[in-house]
Amino acid sequence: MKRVYLDHAATTPVDPEVADAMARVLRETHGNPSSIYAEGRAARVLVDRAREDVAAVLGAQPTEIVFTSGGTEADNLALRGVMKARRGLGDHLVTTAIEHHAVLDTARDLESSGHVRVTIVPVDRDGRVDPAAIAAAIEPKTTLVSVMHANNEIGTIQPIVEIGAICRDKGVKLHSDAVQSVGAVDFDTSRIPVDLVSVNAHKFYGPKGVGALFVRRGTRLATMQTGGGQEKGRRTGTENVAGIVGLGVALRVAAERRATESARQAALRDRIIDGVLARVPDAILTGHRTERLPNNASFCFPGAQGESLIVALDLAGFAASSGSACTSGDTEPSHVLLALGLERHIAQGSLRLTVGRATTDADVDALLAALPPIVARLREAAVVSV
Amino acid sequence: MSGGVDSSVAAALLLERGEDVVGVWMRLVPGGVDTDAPRCCGTDEAGEDARRAAARLGIPFYALDYAEAFGRQVVDRFVDAYASGETPNPCVSCNQHVKFDALLRDVVAKFGGARLATGHYARVADAPDGTRRLLRARDAAKDQSYALYMLGQRELRRTVFPIGELANKTETREIAARFDLPTATKAESMDICFVSGDYRDLVRKRAPRAFDVGPVERVDGGVVGQHGGIGGLTVGQRSGTGVATGERLYVLRLEPERSAAIVGTREEITRTTYELRDVSFTRDKPRGNSFETSAVLRYRGTPLAAAVEVIPDGAILRLAAPALVAPGQAVVFYEGDEVMGGGIVRAGSPG
Repeated sequence: MKRVYLDHAATTPVDPEVADAMARVLRETHGNPSSIYAEGRAARVLVDRAREDVAAVLGAQPTEIVFTSGGTEADNLALRGVMKARRGLGDHLVTTAIEHHAVLDTARDLESSGHVRVTIVPVDRDGRVDPAAIAAAIEPKTTLVSVMHANNEIGTIQPIVEIGAICRDKGVKLHSDAVQSVGAVDFDTSRIPVDLVSVNAHKFYGPKGVGALFVRRGTRLATMQTGGGQEKGRRTGTENVAGIVGLGVALRVAAERRATESARQAALRDRIIDGVLARVPDAILTGHRTERLPNNASFCFPGAQGESLIVALDLAGFAASSGSACTSGDTEPSHVLLALGLERHIAQGSLRLTVGRATTDADVDALLAALPPIVARLREAAVVSV
Repeated sequence: MSGGVDSSVAAALLLERGEDVVGVWMRLVPGGVDTDAPRCCGTDEAGEDARRAAARLGIPFYALDYAEAFGRQVVDRFVDAYASGETPNPCVSCNQHVKFDALLRDVVAKFGGARLATGHYARVADAPDGTRRLLRARDAAKDQSYALYMLGQRELRRTVFPIGELANKTETREIAARFDLPTATKAESMDICFVSGDYRDLVRKRAPRAFDVGPVERVDGGVVGQHGGIGGLTVGQRSGTGVATGERLYVLRLEPERSAAIVGTREEITRTTYELRDVSFTRDKPRGNSFETSAVLRYRGTPLAAAVEVIPDGAILRLAAPALVAPGQAVVFYEGDEVMGGGIVRAGSPG
């Protein structure tokens, strides 16, 4: 059966150019970037070049890029690193109700340690944070504000420039989890007043297990782990050279293709949104209609259960997810959907479809043909027995 | 797929027959909850075993969440039964309300599956009249048909038990080894899958009133001692009543409304007549409402000659010779190897 992959928000296939670059590193460059002899220097050159590529796409300086093991580590490093570095000066963290668990659970963990107070700012029905609500939540002792750029479940993009301006005005550092948006939309730290940005390679056709944290010059950051002092002591441990090279190439390729891909994918997304809303009765679009990622179409189908939707679609040849990939296997409704004000039973019927570079109009046609009868069958099954 | 060898081999056998097989594992305890039942088939660890077996077979695999249904239909019923002086049979509840209800419904209605296969040791055969018959497993020592008596034609038409056709457990393990299934050498699961230690601890935690002390009485009302709570007692048991009269006394009846345990001698506690509730038949209800049967009173129990009379809201079981079965336990009607139906012994049955 031909498979149709519509879960690019969970992960993306590795770009062939990325895979080639990584394979070359694995075969040809075995040195440790910290070694001073020729083999080490060769590896160091590769890491530096990747750092330059990443910095260029983000509008940053190479020294502002810290490589990590992925988005979760970048988020942890940002929150824990800043709160720890500023301990004594401030103890208050502001974040939002729709953050990824990597931020939300880290905030809760810091809170439970007793050293940090956390304020969680709500969102509106479209999943947008009101910048004024952020301004109101900031206190004299606020150290850090963390607001994701684009939501992983519903695709809503936040007014990060306005929020950044408020934070800068109040002298508070701003972190943004931009894992879903970097690569897909423009994110230029020379224009966006943000101090820390989390990035994850496998969301933009790079490898899994490597990410980066942008740390604006002048932002104090404590380390989470101790060791040999790599990444200027901010993230110690021998560099994942092949992964870092993969991340650099992937981000460069994504930036080159962004203009054309973004428009093409947005057109596919809109066909899905319009098609589903027209063909599935009582379908609810979740997230903002226009201020959303170009590849994200997410819905709730009252009366159908998300987990069943995913299984039925899989058996029909489609890969999709119900909310976030990280919480699959869990029938608890997503905290993001509940934060939009959706009732639990409606939030349980969620479906996220995210298109990508390989998605075609024919894939969308196939989905629009397959999905309505599946939703109808599941709704029927929920009320009648065998 | 439970993560055990039987359901893994069931999947392998169907695959070998050329069937289009999808593996489903049921999460029965809430994810992330620290369960004290390490070998329960519904824990994450069992799910990992099931996933590995499915991967070895190369079939799609889904972990589906039935924790809510299991908690309500099996665990709650288990606790309620002990708290009300009955002896529950959680395997029967699980088959009746979770596996062959919620799961079967999902498999058929949601995922378009033609049939549900499980790793039960039982058989389903097509009769010439078009009905489906529930039969004992070929391996009598492993037979689990007792706990499946509540299946009707609706369920049996959608159900397959590939393992029930095998000669014995050795053959099951040989097939597992042939398919290189990681579950081939896994130990047998325990009796009450969701209780690791003493079931009384669970009942005590969930229904503390069932552990109020109360009197131990003889049939004539004479008090002969005190007990630590009917939640810890089972009809038919000898020890635990704290009585030392010199006679061998067994729990005859539990009266939860006054926390009393009535005890008697072996002769006093066995009877020939029991009233059954929730009576069901695998095929049509018998004509004439009365029939002779071989009654099985417990899992892998000996068939006993009996007559059954169907009454409006259950049935009367008349055994040829006195025997003991506790309220809450299932009585299953057999005709040779075929399961005809069964019911649950009603509390306060005429005795």
